[in-house]
Amino acid sequence: MKLSIVDYKSGNISSVINSFKEVAKDKVNIEVTSDIKKIGSSDKVVLPGQGSFKSCIEALNNISGLVDELNDFAINKKKPLLGICVGLQMFADIGYEETETKGLGWISGKVSKIDNQNGKYKLPHIGWNEINIVKDSKILKSIENNSHMYFVHSYEFIPNDNKVISATTDYSTKVVCSVEKENIFGTQFHPEKSDKIGLKLFNNFINL
Amino acid sequence: MLKNRIIPCLDVKNGRVVKGINFVDLQDAGDPVEQAKIYSDGGADEICFLDITASNENRDTIYEVVKETSKKCFVPLTVGGGVRNVEDINKLLNCGADKVSINTAAVQDANVVVESSKKFGSQCIVVAIDAKKNGDKWDVYTHGGRNNSGIDALDFAKKMEDSGAGELLVTSMDRDGTQIGYDINLMKKISSIVNIPLIASGGVGNLDHMVEGIKDGNASAVLAASIFHYGTHSVIEAKEYLNSKGVPVRI
Repeated sequence: MKLSIVDYKSGNISSVINSFKEVAKDKVNIEVTSDIKKIGSSDKVVLPGQGSFKSCIEALNNISGLVDELNDFAINKKKPLLGICVGLQMFADIGYEETETKGLGWISGKVSKIDNQNGKYKLPHIGWNEINIVKDSKILKSIENNSHMYFVHSYEFIPNDNKVISATTDYSTKVVCSVEKENIFGTQFHPEKSDKIGLKLFNNFINL
Repeated sequence: MLKNRIIPCLDVKNGRVVKGINFVDLQDAGDPVEQAKIYSDGGADEICFLDITASNENRDTIYEVVKETSKKCFVPLTVGGGVRNVEDINKLLNCGADKVSINTAAVQDANVVVESSKKFGSQCIVVAIDAKKNGDKWDVYTHGGRNNSGIDALDFAKKMEDSGAGELLVTSMDRDGTQIGYDINLMKKISSIVNIPLIASGGVGNLDHMVEGIKDGNASAVLAASIFHYGTHSVIEAKEYLNSKGVPVRI
């Protein structure tokens, strides 16, 4: 099995790489790449994302053919893809960080700033928060409800169709933190920084 | 519910762990990678490395330490000390740090914070403020606490938020190493004027001090070194105690 972590020069992905390597051991061939041929021939793809929605989309677009390849992988071939943090947010139609930016449009919805309720909630939402599992999801297999995951973000993904939501977390509102739509998975939290439970989630993705 | 974080801090010099008492009199106490792993296995919510003499000495050793630690610890790792510019931040992030804390460089040129938060995202930029009370205000100190910048700590905190810092790590120099508790007034004042999370540091001597830092100082996280490092309390003991006092923590 070959898993590609998309390296599109947006933020720091060494933690994602280290965590996948820890879980994969020798079972999985992990490639960290921006090469569209390698991505296209993978069995699974991980799309990390740090920084702003706008900067991540721009960075994806900066690599010629990458968005088309990802579209083909996730939408046409329907192979498993996991988005992390802004990687998940980019599934949306549109994001409002910095300026209005078009997303990948894989899961209909928008990405807006978390309502801090006039300063009642500090932003970024940083730290360990409990996830409320609202629907069975393959990547959440054997992960208990109310498990703690590590979050760092100020914007949230609001999908149009609630059916894609597999977990939420309470911060000002019920923030969507895990989604599953057919072969497309995403987490707002950082499994790579969520200790053993986060590694379990990566293991679930590898074992799909 | 978002939990308050407990962050053990390891002061590192030449690749070895030390802990300063009021920034001098260092004692050697171990291998940072091993220590970090013990802390993360023991329930630490994050790990912090502070390369304490980095401003003056060769600091390449810290990159190796960060690289090795990030292969073994799967909780967030913050690294600070001697970070001068965007390139230093880039290097530490590439080695596997999740956040970088900036101290002297941020005081000297706020653009370091502006540029790095734009480039890497606010989530990985922590501004470390070393504050010392002079009369009725707190001044920001630089160079590991040696130089008084004369800048008001409250004004500086606000400026750093506006510049793009994702968190503030506030150390009371009056309290650091004393074990008599955080400077609650300082924490409370800064926390009330910024909307980003504050990490309280400097002065923890017992677990009640941590409770005070969060409940009275309104800190989102508490950082401590000696109390954990010399085995006075384990991280899990601290968490159980905080939990019993009504402070939500991850257990």
